[in-house]
Amino acid sequence: MATEQTRGLGRILIAPAVIALFVWMIVPLVMTIYFSTLDYNLLNPGSESFVGLENYFYFLTDPAFLASLQNTLVLVGSVLAITVVVGTLVALLLDQAVIGRSIVRLMVIAPFFVMPTVSALVWKNLLMHPVSGLFAWIATSLGLRPIDWFAEAPLLAIILIVAWQWLPFATLILLTALQSLDEEQKEAAEMDGARAFSTFFHITLPHLARPITVVILIETIFLLTVFAEIYVTTGGGPGLQTTNIAFLIYSQALIQFDVGTASAGGLVAVVLANIVAFFLVRIVGRNLEA
Amino acid sequence: MGRITLEGVRKSFASHLIIQGADLDIEDGSFVVFVGPSGCGKTTLLRLIAGLEDVSDGRILIDGANVVGVPPSKRGLSMVFQSYALYPHMSVRGNIAFGLKMAGLPKSEIDRKVEAAAATLNLTPYLDRKPRELSGGQRQRVAIGRAIVREPKAFLFDEPLSNLDAALRVQMRLEVTRLQRQLATTAVYVTHDQVEAMTMADRIVVLNAGRIEQYGSPLELYERPANVFVAGFIGSPRMNFIGNESAKRYGAATIGVRPEHIKASRDGEGWEGVVTDAEHLGSDTFLHVDIAGIGNLTARSIGEIGLSAGDRAHLLPDPAHIHRFDADGKALHA
Amino acid sequence: MARQPSPARVLTTTVAAWIVGFLIFFPILWMVLTSFKTELEAFSTPPSFLFFHWTTENYAAVQGRSDYVHHAINSIVIAGGSTLIAMLIAIPAAWSMAFAPSPRTRDILLWMLSTKMMPPVGVLVPIYLIYRNFGLLDSRVGLVAVLCLGNLPIVVWMLFTYFKEIPKDILEAARMDGATIGKELVYVLTPMAVPGIASTLLLNFILAWNEAFWTLNLSTSQAAPLTVFIASYSSPEGLFWAKLSAASTLAIAPILVLGWFSQRQLVRGLTFGAVK
Repeated sequence: MATEQTRGLGRILIAPAVIALFVWMIVPLVMTIYFSTLDYNLLNPGSESFVGLENYFYFLTDPAFLASLQNTLVLVGSVLAITVVVGTLVALLLDQAVIGRSIVRLMVIAPFFVMPTVSALVWKNLLMHPVSGLFAWIATSLGLRPIDWFAEAPLLAIILIVAWQWLPFATLILLTALQSLDEEQKEAAEMDGARAFSTFFHITLPHLARPITVVILIETIFLLTVFAEIYVTTGGGPGLQTTNIAFLIYSQALIQFDVGTASAGGLVAVVLANIVAFFLVRIVGRNLEA
Repeated sequence: MGRITLEGVRKSFASHLIIQGADLDIEDGSFVVFVGPSGCGKTTLLRLIAGLEDVSDGRILIDGANVVGVPPSKRGLSMVFQSYALYPHMSVRGNIAFGLKMAGLPKSEIDRKVEAAAATLNLTPYLDRKPRELSGGQRQRVAIGRAIVREPKAFLFDEPLSNLDAALRVQMRLEVTRLQRQLATTAVYVTHDQVEAMTMADRIVVLNAGRIEQYGSPLELYERPANVFVAGFIGSPRMNFIGNESAKRYGAATIGVRPEHIKASRDGEGWEGVVTDAEHLGSDTFLHVDIAGIGNLTARSIGEIGLSAGDRAHLLPDPAHIHRFDADGKALHA
Repeated sequence: MARQPSPARVLTTTVAAWIVGFLIFFPILWMVLTSFKTELEAFSTPPSFLFFHWTTENYAAVQGRSDYVHHAINSIVIAGGSTLIAMLIAIPAAWSMAFAPSPRTRDILLWMLSTKMMPPVGVLVPIYLIYRNFGLLDSRVGLVAVLCLGNLPIVVWMLFTYFKEIPKDILEAARMDGATIGKELVYVLTPMAVPGIASTLLLNFILAWNEAFWTLNLSTSQAAPLTVFIASYSSPEGLFWAKLSAASTLAIAPILVLGWFSQRQLVRGLTFGAVK
């Protein structure tokens, strides 16, 4: 469709975006790779020395790394499970005839638009505080011992906060997908004698398979780097219990000022994210053809 | 004024040759129709003339001047799109006036011309409506109005009637032809419907896989098709083609005879066969007859002739209207 | 739907939906309620739900703090600035990819998206060091740059999908009508693209406002937006709950309103079109 004149212009117009993103990607990445080969600590400037792949060795065999890897997997996995399962159920509910549906939608969507620092602090203080928090009050009213969330189950607390924030995203995507399932398919199934549960299993669920996959992939990419909630509530602790890979790298870079190791860690994080990104880009690419 | 000439125009897209060396001379004021099956390149050829696509080779002359490389906005042509392509955010008046506005005409003159075009097309009561408030037929008129108001060197039509229902299409066919004659402006019209082509055109260009098969008046194409393709494309129902022995008897590889040139009877002269299907329209009857050694032929009769499926029938082709084609499909003239 | 569900069915689903919605929304509601309590009441047990001494003293206190206003302005400048600059870079790029595509356009688009999938922590070290050496730490300019680049892929992507929805034959009609590319852009493309541009602007402003990685790591006081300001309440003095709630409510209220209007754009922007 484009003629010669429009194509030449097109090249000029796209240049700033391409150049900007290229610089944004390449320059820091190259520097990270470079730093990862140095023994470089900001507290001892000028004493950098080349150590090759030693930093990677130290990083990957550091028990802190293994702990953070485990925490990351638990965090991502749990949030995915919660948001997808609950999100599907809520989406199914909102797909029905509900009076005042738009207001309910607003209530369900709201958490996604709350700043992570605000969410974290509201949950930590107003809800989960072991003495004055609302959960504590509910527990004592039921005769149970209130849980000191951030001392006894800190990772679970973080999981709850993050899951609450991302539930609207999953719900919204799945609701949109549900509403694109055309009525006629369901009516055909009904003519064929299927009742509610069978229809859900054999028609609705397969239709949701693709959107659920997309939700999982996108959430994974963003959940791998959960940071603010941890920063603001536990600072990674107690000990390493709420340190994920992102926070580990951050603490090495800006608390221990160990640039070399932090860079190696950063690269590891990039590799992990790339694996997920590969699959997501494939799906998006396929959709672009259509 | 509006003479369009194509010299050796070729168009390839990604090593795929879409238009193969088109040579064409369209006289000023004539109504020329590009017709052919889907994918034959008729729309591509139109868009090359419009300047919406670049030629890979060749020249396109408008009134003697080569316009290859000239952007569409400067070629002095108007186009009516299949989807009408009206500007949704402008009123009917705004849509029709847009081209004049781009040309920088003073407002008073724009208003005068817009109102004149609207009057010609019975759009005056709708001038202040937006396209989404109009019916399909009304939108189509706006598209035409937008094209005629600029008094271009030629009109280009890209299957403008295909989105209308059958009755409206027949009515618009007449209106478009009348309008073109009244304005005496060259028109290049693309359609896949050979009935539209036959009824509207001064001359028809039959395209097949990027090649111009024949360029002539409707009657020329009907009575003297240049090859098997044109013979089979023009005329409905389709011409009957017969090969092997029967054709050899006439000194050709293939012979063709149109259904309307075959006389069908129960016990008359001609090839004998069994009726497989009979279509009774009241005004005509189409018989599909299976003839041993020849094949299934279609015969058209005026009125009702009382034959139906299963009956024996005799088909007699009119010798004056048997077309002969050689082994390459080209017409053999006596 | 030709058949209406029974009134009993509608009632059950309505009640269930409202309960679910209320539960999900509750933390926000609780925060807003707390913002109207006195600090003593906010911290006391058992907590009071509606019948407490309503006061606006917390809001007065928060707004009176000059640094709150300062950080709010930072949020506006940083979110607004980064989004606007991203739009300026992205609009031509999206136009080019939608209307003058080359065989490599699809790959370029996918590559741009992949830059968004890079974890920010992977480049924390070099960005921090570069910023430190160029005096960009704790600067609004620095934050605008980083957030702009971070959101650029989403802005380009969203604009691309909106531009693609404009029927190309309308633009061709403009060209046949004698419009140069410039006039085509001004008179035809932009009016038709305005809703899409507005939606993109809205969603990305929200994403930039809420960004809590770069803002936390690259600013401390001068350029710190509200995300950082709220984070400063995380020190263990629990006696500032009511004020924290008031500050938080002020910080998120405008975004909640904007967010309501941008639901559909959220789906489009963040799923990169993988879900229709």
